[in-house]
Amino acid sequence: MTTMTEQATQVYAVFIRATPEQVWDAITKPEFTTKYFHGTKIESTFEPGTPYLSVAGSDTVVDGEILESDPPRTLKHTWRALWDPETAAEPHSRVTWEIEPQEGGVTKLTVTHDQLEAAPKTAESVAGGWEYVLSGLKTVLETGEPLSTQGM
Amino acid sequence: MTDDDRVFRALADPTRRHLLDRLFERDGRTLTELESELEMTRFGVMKHLRVLEEAGLVVTRRQGREKLHYLNPVPIRLIHDRWIDKYRERQVSALADLKSELEDTA
Repeated sequence: MTTMTEQATQVYAVFIRATPEQVWDAITKPEFTTKYFHGTKIESTFEPGTPYLSVAGSDTVVDGEILESDPPRTLKHTWRALWDPETAAEPHSRVTWEIEPQEGGVTKLTVTHDQLEAAPKTAESVAGGWEYVLSGLKTVLETGEPLSTQGM
Repeated sequence: MTDDDRVFRALADPTRRHLLDRLFERDGRTLTELESELEMTRFGVMKHLRVLEEAGLVVTRRQGREKLHYLNPVPIRLIHDRWIDKYRERQVSALADLKSELEDTA
């Protein structure tokens, strides 16, 4: 078994039976993010230049800045993982959420996590995490229920 | 065809599994790079990559003049959640039952 080398650009995609507006809400509203994003609440006004925060209890686990917000199509923000001192010491990377309607009431959500060249620990830490987050987001939108393995 | 059908169909071919393994080792590759590691024509590789893309297992990104192929693990995760976790749970509980039965009779 080989292990995945850390990638400076990581791309994840999922097809969801929901509208682009519903997918946008799932990304930007804390009542949704707590159900699939490792229990964290998103905190942001989504105005470019303002903070993007992911909060668990009293801890901020991710911080960044909104770069672009075009509901319900594109959200782009910087990203620094604060859950580990090693990732917290690395520079910010960038996360882009792209929402594209498909035929048949399906929406494609693509997450590109890039600019990770100077953040190898973060690249290693988020690989595997994004697929979990996106499959959880799909489950929440399609069934209204979080994954049974949430929090594991 | 459902999403699961597409993923299972894409995974049912050894060349396509090989392509996924190559991307797992190093992501974001061009067709030319992937082609150089396979005994297959460029069009053959393109065809396989298209099946993988339709199943959502590969996502492409343009970078300048190049088209880069990225492994997307999300559909495999969904198959895992839907098809593997469920059956493993039963196996685990069967083992747990066996353990308690053996310990009770000991």
